[in-house]
Amino acid sequence: MKVAYWPGCVSRGFTPELHGSMEHIAPLLDLELVELDRASCCGAGVIAEHNQELADTLNARTFALAQQAGSELTMMNICSTCQGAQTECQERLDANAQYRALVNENLAEYGLEYEKGLKNKNLLWLLVEDYGLDELRKRVKRPLENLKVGPFYGCYIVRPTDRLGIDDDYPRDTYLGLLIEALGGTVIEYAGAQKCCGFPIITMNKEASLKQAGRHLGDAADADADCLVTPCPLCHLNLDLQQPLAERVMGRELNMPVLHLPQLIGLALGLEPKELGLGRHIVKPTSVIDWTTSVIAGVDDGSGALAASA
Amino acid sequence: MADFTLRIRRYDPESGEAPYWDEHTIDLEPHRSVLEGILQAKARFDGSIGIRCSCRAAICGSCGVRINGQPGLACHTHLDKALKGAKDGIIEVEPMGNMPIIKDLIVDMDAVHWKKVQRVTPWLINKLPVPEREYIVPHENMVDVTQSMACIQCGACVSDCLSMEVDPLFIGPAALAKAYRFAGDPRDAQQEERIRDLAEDPHGIYDCTHCFKCIEACPKGVAPMSQIMRLRRIATRTHHIVDRNNGERHESAFVTLVKDHGLLWEAELLPRSHGGDSFFGKFMPKAALELVDSLPVIAKGLLRRKVTLGKSILPPKDLPKDARAEITSIFEKVDDRGELRELNLYISGYDEDLEGAETPSASAAAGAQGQTSAESGQPGMTPEESPTR
Repeated sequence: MKVAYWPGCVSRGFTPELHGSMEHIAPLLDLELVELDRASCCGAGVIAEHNQELADTLNARTFALAQQAGSELTMMNICSTCQGAQTECQERLDANAQYRALVNENLAEYGLEYEKGLKNKNLLWLLVEDYGLDELRKRVKRPLENLKVGPFYGCYIVRPTDRLGIDDDYPRDTYLGLLIEALGGTVIEYAGAQKCCGFPIITMNKEASLKQAGRHLGDAADADADCLVTPCPLCHLNLDLQQPLAERVMGRELNMPVLHLPQLIGLALGLEPKELGLGRHIVKPTSVIDWTTSVIAGVDDGSGALAASA
Repeated sequence: MADFTLRIRRYDPESGEAPYWDEHTIDLEPHRSVLEGILQAKARFDGSIGIRCSCRAAICGSCGVRINGQPGLACHTHLDKALKGAKDGIIEVEPMGNMPIIKDLIVDMDAVHWKKVQRVTPWLINKLPVPEREYIVPHENMVDVTQSMACIQCGACVSDCLSMEVDPLFIGPAALAKAYRFAGDPRDAQQEERIRDLAEDPHGIYDCTHCFKCIEACPKGVAPMSQIMRLRRIATRTHHIVDRNNGERHESAFVTLVKDHGLLWEAELLPRSHGGDSFFGKFMPKAALELVDSLPVIAKGLLRRKVTLGKSILPPKDLPKDARAEITSIFEKVDDRGELRELNLYISGYDEDLEGAETPSASAAAGAQGQTSAESGQPGMTPEESPTR
């Protein structure tokens, strides 16, 4: 399967292990990534707040680049925030031909034009809807047996449901659970799975922001999760990078590793934790999860080396 | 007629006893409302069930509850639809969140919701002199505030506000939507004072965490979060208010960094949000304090090679130079033009729904200050096919 791949900013900035792990799992899934290496930041809602037409123009440019890469291609992102911010712009562009023409005028001098109807899907949606969980299951080399995983979606990929096309036919707000099960793991239910990580207000109200992250991490810990998995690198920043500060605000130890979605998939596909950049997290997954008994159950050799190498 | 089982959360704070769940099976046609189900349970099985209601037609906003965890009006939710969302075949009804419980499904709206609405001066402060006859207001301006006027004060958005969950002092979605109703009204004399007050309040417009919960919760398509974003836009663009909460600094740093580099440069965004939107922002005292506070995290990030020194000091170079130039020129063209052109789907609807009718022009949907944003959310405005599938 060939996709126009938009990696996003944070996946190459503060969470480089996300883009890296995506590149590692792609060949194992026979996913051909045509990287959109000229596209811009989606604006994360902040640019739309500043100037709606500007955000719509920037994202129309990204959509046009994806269509230039191949008119039949689905555009794929690996960031909940990109998904939400871009879908918001696409909703306006697709809804009104006159507005679309107005935005396309801004792009004309660069030889770009967005045509209504691009498919833009997060890796999570693509895997469940187009790739198929059965196909994914076939490729699992190391089922995540005994690994208790709490899903953490990120607001932008679950709300608003009508804009994101979430309904009975496409229950996209349940996909993380389905995916964790397909990889052989156990889904942990806890209060925070679809709540906000607090990242958007980290510079405005730090305490409230960290309280949100800390509360969800704590809820997951109380529900006996080994780790969380998220399709959103911005959530990852607040949940992992800021976790030491969240511990301070909450006054409790959290020690909850947070994996990026491609990292969890990569582990099940048999990749080494080190290749997937797991050692780069602030809360090292290897310090919490006993890989020798949980994740790599069923693999005879290299188990000891695994734990040590990460 | 069909049987539906309701699981109702019961709690009487005055009894000194803990909350508990009560189950009742009622008999009603599937298109009847959850409210009718509750009232039947009350009439047939237990007269002590506490529920507030009046119009039973989604107008008065009295019967806000949580049904299967989702906030909404009990009178506006069909039993068959509620059953679909039930985990175990039983429709679960709870009181709304973020507000104290008076009894069972009745929450104390006075203690939270109405107090917050009063906080935003929810009335018009006339521009003087008051004209002899009526005020003449541009049509677009009134259309622009229509969305916030659709609010029926049911509290569903307050119930689910994730910022309020951790910061009960947050003014919150309903009251801020109400604030826009007056700040966006051209007859109001004190737009700047209103906005400055809400921007400087540590629990004001910059406390919203962008979680879309209120947009999802609202039974009337008010999209409170979008109204909050419009308030922010008036604060920064119309009145250039540099607030103490870093709201303006964060926005302008974000926009400048993407303009200059095409991608976000997180290492520079954080200090600039505290210190000011320039390369020297990070050397300001406030930014330095923040830096010291974050030192343990930064050190760990560097140690783990999550963040390299190069990445912290140098801007992102993932894009080719000409692509960056292209992006910068889009900013210059669209943003520096000064005029804001926007489309509000709440007002304009979708092309598909307007077949045969004249396509509304994009600018017709823009208010005089251009403070519009896009929300669907109104029944009948959902596009036939979601663009993302």
